[in-house]
Amino acid sequence: MSQSPASLPFIEGLRDAANLRLPGSGHAWLDAARRENLEAFVAAGLPDTRAEAWKYTTLRALGQRRFALGDAAAAKHAVDPHTLVLPGVEGPRLVFVNGVFRADLSRLDALPAGLTLQPLSQVLERDPEPLRFALSRHYRETGDVFAQLNAAMAGEGVVLRVAAGARIGKPVQLCFVGAPAQGELAWHVRNVIELGEGAQLNLVEHHLATTQNKHLGTLVGDIVVHDGAQLQHVLLQSAAEESTLIRRSSLRLGAKSQAALYALELGGALVRHDLHAELRGDGARIDTRGVFVLRGRQHVDTQLSIRHQALDTASESVWRGVADERSRGVFRGAIVVAEGADGSDASLSNKNLLLSALAEIDTKPELEIYADEVKAAHGATVGQLDERAMFYLRSRGLPQAEARALLTAAFCRAVFAALPNETLRDHFSHALIAHLP
Amino acid sequence: MLKIENLHARVEGKDILKGLSLTVKPGEVHAIMGPNGAGKSTLGNVLSGRDGYEVTEGSVVFEGRDLLALEPEERAAAGVFLAFQYPVEIPGVNNTYFLRAALNAQRKQRSEAELDSMQFLKLVREKLKIMQISDELLHRAVNEGFSGGEKKRNEIFQMAVLEPKLAILDETDSGLDIDALKQVAQGVNALRSPERAFLVITHYQRLLDYIEPDFVHVLADGRIVESGDKTLALKLEEHGYAWVAERDPAPAAGARA
Repeated sequence: MSQSPASLPFIEGLRDAANLRLPGSGHAWLDAARRENLEAFVAAGLPDTRAEAWKYTTLRALGQRRFALGDAAAAKHAVDPHTLVLPGVEGPRLVFVNGVFRADLSRLDALPAGLTLQPLSQVLERDPEPLRFALSRHYRETGDVFAQLNAAMAGEGVVLRVAAGARIGKPVQLCFVGAPAQGELAWHVRNVIELGEGAQLNLVEHHLATTQNKHLGTLVGDIVVHDGAQLQHVLLQSAAEESTLIRRSSLRLGAKSQAALYALELGGALVRHDLHAELRGDGARIDTRGVFVLRGRQHVDTQLSIRHQALDTASESVWRGVADERSRGVFRGAIVVAEGADGSDASLSNKNLLLSALAEIDTKPELEIYADEVKAAHGATVGQLDERAMFYLRSRGLPQAEARALLTAAFCRAVFAALPNETLRDHFSHALIAHLP
Repeated sequence: MLKIENLHARVEGKDILKGLSLTVKPGEVHAIMGPNGAGKSTLGNVLSGRDGYEVTEGSVVFEGRDLLALEPEERAAAGVFLAFQYPVEIPGVNNTYFLRAALNAQRKQRSEAELDSMQFLKLVREKLKIMQISDELLHRAVNEGFSGGEKKRNEIFQMAVLEPKLAILDETDSGLDIDALKQVAQGVNALRSPERAFLVITHYQRLLDYIEPDFVHVLADGRIVESGDKTLALKLEEHGYAWVAERDPAPAAGARA
C-alpha cells in the first residue's frame, strides 16, 4: 500500500528524529509515545493513491522531498505584527512562527476569567502529566500517518481550556506563520482544546506567511466540547502558495453541546484538511461550513467525517469549492448515523465551481444510516459559471473579471452568511475575491 | 447615432439576419415588429454583444464607433442598454450593490468619477420616482423570486439609473398583463428625451399603444421588408404578418428611415 519507505528522501530525512530533544523529552511515557509513533510512521511510509483516503491526492512528490527537522532561527524571524491583525478579531492571541511559539508576538496578558491559554512547550517543560491521555495516542486504528508523524514530532502547540460555565467574549486567535528558513522545513503543532460544561468560546485560527516558503506543516487538534458548551471555530488559511499544510481536527461533542466551523482555504500548494467529529451526547449539534478557492496548481483535499452517536443529534454541512487555472479540489463528506442515534438530523451540501477547463474537482458525499427516524439529505454538484448571468452583468457594464468575481463570491455566500462576526465576514469576502486570478 | 448596414448574422451555423439595414437618430423611437423566427431577438443580442452570434457581413456604427468590435461591457459604457426578454436571476448578488457596481464600472470606463454610496442612494431615490418599484425589491438578490412584471420593471429601473443613449427593449411586453404593461410603458415614456433613442422589439402591436413609435419596421426572414409610421403597426394588427409578405416580398428601400 505504500512507496518503499526506507529509501524515500522524506523518510531518510527523519533518520535523526529519534535523537531530537523536544519539549517534554525525558518523561518516559512521552518519549515512548513519540518513539513508537515515529517507528510506526517510518515503517509504513507515505500512503499511495490505492489507499481510499488518499485516492485523489498523491504524496509521490512529497515523498521525494527532504525536510529540515527544526528551524534554529524561528525565534528571530521578523514578523510585522500588522499582518496578524484580522478585522473584527481582538482578543488573546497565540503566535507560532515556523512552528515555534513567539511570546513577543503573542498577547497573553489579562486573559479573561475561566480561560487557560498556554503554548504546549511550556506545559510540557513544567508538567506534561495532565496531557498524558491526549499525547499518548497512537493512530494505528485510524490509519492517519500524518497524525502519527505529528505525535512523534510535535513539541509545540496550544493548550486551551475554558472552565465550566465560563463565556469567553472576545475571540481567541491562533496564528501560524510561515517564514523563510534555511532550506525546507517541517514543523509540527499539536493543539489540545477543552471546553468545560456550558462554556463558550470563539476561536480564530489563522495560517499565513511572511514571504514565500516551501515548508511542510502538520497540525493536529484534539477538541473536546463538554455538555452544553458552545464552540465557534473560524479558520482562515492563507498559507504560502508553495507550502504544504496537513491539518487534522478531532472533535468530541457532549450532550446539548454545539460546535460551528467556518473555513476559508486560500493558500498552500498541497493542503489536506481532515475533520472528524463525534456527536457523543444526546442533542449535540455541529455545523460545518467551508470554502476553498484555488488557482495555479493548488491542490486542496477536504475530508469530513461526522458520526452521530447519540439521540437527536444534528449536523449541517455546507461546503463550496472553486477551482481555477490548473488547480484541483477534493471533497469527501462522510456522515454516519450510528445504531441507536435515533431522531438524528444530518444534511450535507457540496457545490463546486470550475472556472477553467483545466481545473478539476472530485467530490464524494457519503451517508450511512443505521438508526431510526433519521432525517438526512445530501447532495453534490460540479458546475460552471452561468453564461447567461455573465452576459447579463457584462451587458450592464461590468468588465469580465469583475463579473466573474461577483458571481464567484455569490456562489460562496451561502457558506459565510451565517458567520455572526460581520466584520470578519466582509474580510472573508474580500480575501476570497482577491485570491481569484 | 446608430447605423446598421447590410447586417448578416448566424447562430449555431444558421443564418438569421440576412442583410438588415437601419438608421436611428437621437430622440427617435423605432419599433421592430415581425413574426416569430424573423430575427428580432437576434438583432438585440448582436447589438449588445452576446456570445454565440456570428456576424458574417455588414457593419454597425454607433456614435462613430464600430460597435461590433467592442466587448459587451464597452458597449454598455458607450451607452447601449438591452432590456432583456428574460432577465436573469442572480442569487447571492444584491440588486442595489449590483447596480452601483455596474454604474461605477461604466463611469470608470468613461473616465468619470465613481459615485460613493451616498451619491448613489440619492440617484436611486430620484429614479424610484420614475419607476414604480418597491424598496424591498432593491434589497433582494438580482431578479431572484421576482414576478414577471417585477423583472421587467427592474430592467426599466436599471435603464433609468444607467441612462443609456440607446435602449433596446427586447419583447419587454411578453408575459405581462395589461396593468404591468402600462407601468412598464410609463417608465419608458418618462425616459424619452431628445438625446435618447429606443429600439422597441415586439411581436404585438399592443405595446405600441402605450409607447408611441416614430417609425415602425417589419422584420421578416432576417431583413426589414417594410417601414412606415405608427399606422403600419395598426395595419399589421389588422391583417397579420402574412399581409406584408404577400404585398411586398422584396426588401423595402424605406428601411433606412
